[in-house]
Amino acid sequence: MQNTTLVLRLGLMAIAAFYFGRERSLSLVGGHGHGMALHSLPGYYGYFVAIWVVLPALGLLLLWVLVEPRVIVALVVSGLPESYQALPAGELNLLVNNIRNLAAGDVVSVDVDAVLRDAAAQFDNYAAKSRQLLAVLALGIAGLGGTIAWRRIHPDLRARNRVEHVVRWFLIAASSIAILTTVGIVLSVLFEALRFFQKVPVMEFLFGLNWSPQTAIRADQVGSSGSFGAVPLFAGTMLITAIAMVVAVPVGLMTAIYLAEYSSARVRGIAKPLLEILAGIPTVVYGFFAALTVAPWVRRAGEAAGFEVASESALAAGLVMGIMIIPLVSSLSDDAINAVPRAMRDGALGLGSTRSETMTKVILPAALPGIVGGILLAVSRAIGETMIVVMAAGLAANLTANPFEAVTTVTVQIVTLLVGDQEFDSAKTLAAFALGLMLFVVTLFLNVIGLGVVRKYREQYD
Amino acid sequence: MTEVTPDKQVPPPAPNRRDAPAVENTVLREMPKRKTVLSGETVGNIHSENPFMVAENVNVHYGDNHAIQNVSLEIGKKEVIALIGPSGCGKSTFLRCLNRMNDTIDTARVTGKITLDGKDIYRKEQDPVALRARVGMVFQKPNPFPKSIYDNVAYGPRIHGLAADRAELDNIVYTSLERAGLINEVKDRLDEPGTSLSGGQQQRLCIARTIAVNPEVILMDEPCSALDPIATARIEDLMDELCEDYAIVIVTHSMQQAARVSRRVAYFHLGLLVEVDKTDKIFTNPQHKLTEDYITGRIG
Repeated sequence: MQNTTLVLRLGLMAIAAFYFGRERSLSLVGGHGHGMALHSLPGYYGYFVAIWVVLPALGLLLLWVLVEPRVIVALVVSGLPESYQALPAGELNLLVNNIRNLAAGDVVSVDVDAVLRDAAAQFDNYAAKSRQLLAVLALGIAGLGGTIAWRRIHPDLRARNRVEHVVRWFLIAASSIAILTTVGIVLSVLFEALRFFQKVPVMEFLFGLNWSPQTAIRADQVGSSGSFGAVPLFAGTMLITAIAMVVAVPVGLMTAIYLAEYSSARVRGIAKPLLEILAGIPTVVYGFFAALTVAPWVRRAGEAAGFEVASESALAAGLVMGIMIIPLVSSLSDDAINAVPRAMRDGALGLGSTRSETMTKVILPAALPGIVGGILLAVSRAIGETMIVVMAAGLAANLTANPFEAVTTVTVQIVTLLVGDQEFDSAKTLAAFALGLMLFVVTLFLNVIGLGVVRKYREQYD
Repeated sequence: MTEVTPDKQVPPPAPNRRDAPAVENTVLREMPKRKTVLSGETVGNIHSENPFMVAENVNVHYGDNHAIQNVSLEIGKKEVIALIGPSGCGKSTFLRCLNRMNDTIDTARVTGKITLDGKDIYRKEQDPVALRARVGMVFQKPNPFPKSIYDNVAYGPRIHGLAADRAELDNIVYTSLERAGLINEVKDRLDEPGTSLSGGQQQRLCIARTIAVNPEVILMDEPCSALDPIATARIEDLMDELCEDYAIVIVTHSMQQAARVSRRVAYFHLGLLVEVDKTDKIFTNPQHKLTEDYITGRIG
């Protein structure tokens, strides 16, 4: 029996168990209308039985999925001739793979001989038996669990509490998935970064001024000593982020002020969704907008004004990134401004303040922590942004503060280091993990500050 | 002051809603002289001896909702007038007409005429901002700005340019806090945030902030509803002192408070001004059945 069919059957059994459990609870107290004599609502007794049908069986299924392949492989290997069993671990592994592929009808890397064919047949045999055994066991456990639970139903059974207890564990499991994933990502990045730092000293990475991540494949290659100073990358990131914030903060803030205080309901009704559309444009679209429209325009404008502008300039990438971030800044600032209590506004107006005095002297100062928090979140978004800079900022790791030159950012370098065929033990590839770790630390730091500021501000008026 | 509200002592049996008309009818037979109909006509005396703000036929619509209808009322110089009535009766709406705070609500539409010292405050040339400097307002919930105590009080004088230099500003702040009866509690902590004060202190800070602008009329929208009795007593004492210089209009849900602080009382019901009269008259011998029901606790 396939696992999906098995799960399907368990589901059907659970539905049946629900009805049996509910009916039994009701019949124990004398049918519908006497539900008050039960500790919990009748449905909870149904869920109680259904849980006992499904959970133990699913547990068994999970265990089976984890253990079964190893057991089968061990059995198949033990059935092989002595000479095969004496093979080194690596070759044995290859052999087992071939047996498995042969059994599944996939491509096999060696000539198929009798031994292999026998082993594959054995493999098939064991797998079929395992599936049958699993089906019998799982359905048996489900039936047994259901029956025991069904017999335990009693008007005093605290079914609701039991069910809620199980539900609580489900919720805990669901929320820990996200947390564990984060921890896993951080750890994997951390360990790869540590491997990188075994090849390249931490100090050189953090403070080196030269980025040229080429390592030699052969010892006699020229110009491939590799240098991994990350400063130009972080400088480039900061330059582009700064340009983006110069665009996004004033525009976003003024948009928020206009929408929150000055616009009519009709304008707000149109402008807000439009801003949200701006936030919904995929960054890759912004990217080619930056590369194909803004960058040439910046170049022409710069040349007309007498500057020498690279065709991929920090300015173009920063401008477009700024536009991308405007909705983020404006919507967070809008929230912060709207969270200032109406009483504050009324108080200022009641003292004879004009609208602009109310805004600049009372509402903005009151909303400032929230706005600052929003801006910090926007900064961390800008630092982590990849697609726009990949397409518009270039790859040249120039250490410069000149926005007309091409620069490169941390994210761009991570992309270039990991695109294409890579060997996972060279400093070049591992550098991406070190960069990722640094980036993660920086944005985490900004997010913590930003969220902290926002939270502090929320508490002020609660 | 409970002696002016003798009816208060003997609360009538609480009628349930279905019985209410029957009770009304019996009372009607007993006291035929009282007006019982809610007609839109105001009984009592809307006139003040020394009128300063005059409202004539004021109507307010919030969208389709006719919030107050044909309200005419005079507010005298140096008098405290209390607006009472059940929730949603339009008393706060009327209060907010007097300094055009209703302008800040998009759907609100005000018609009729309100004059301040003889001049229509809804005329085209009237700047609502300048009006609000003359007609100050204290709100239901204390709403100090998230600034220091000093800056809270100095806010109004600063935006209106009332002080020529720092010394004069200090003086205004000090005097206002003194008149609001707060100076002894805060004089050593003027740079602490206004929100660090207790509720009653915050409300007195808001009053100090309002009188720092030197208004002619002070509107108070249930200024004590968020305060405990002790803080309330302080604010009421303060009103007694302030009415020597200002006209004070106070909205309150507390009959006792209206009796204690006001000279005249206006009773609103369902957007209509039902009765206006001297405070003791309202509380001892109301002319309208609804007023009587309200002050004796039969409705509201």
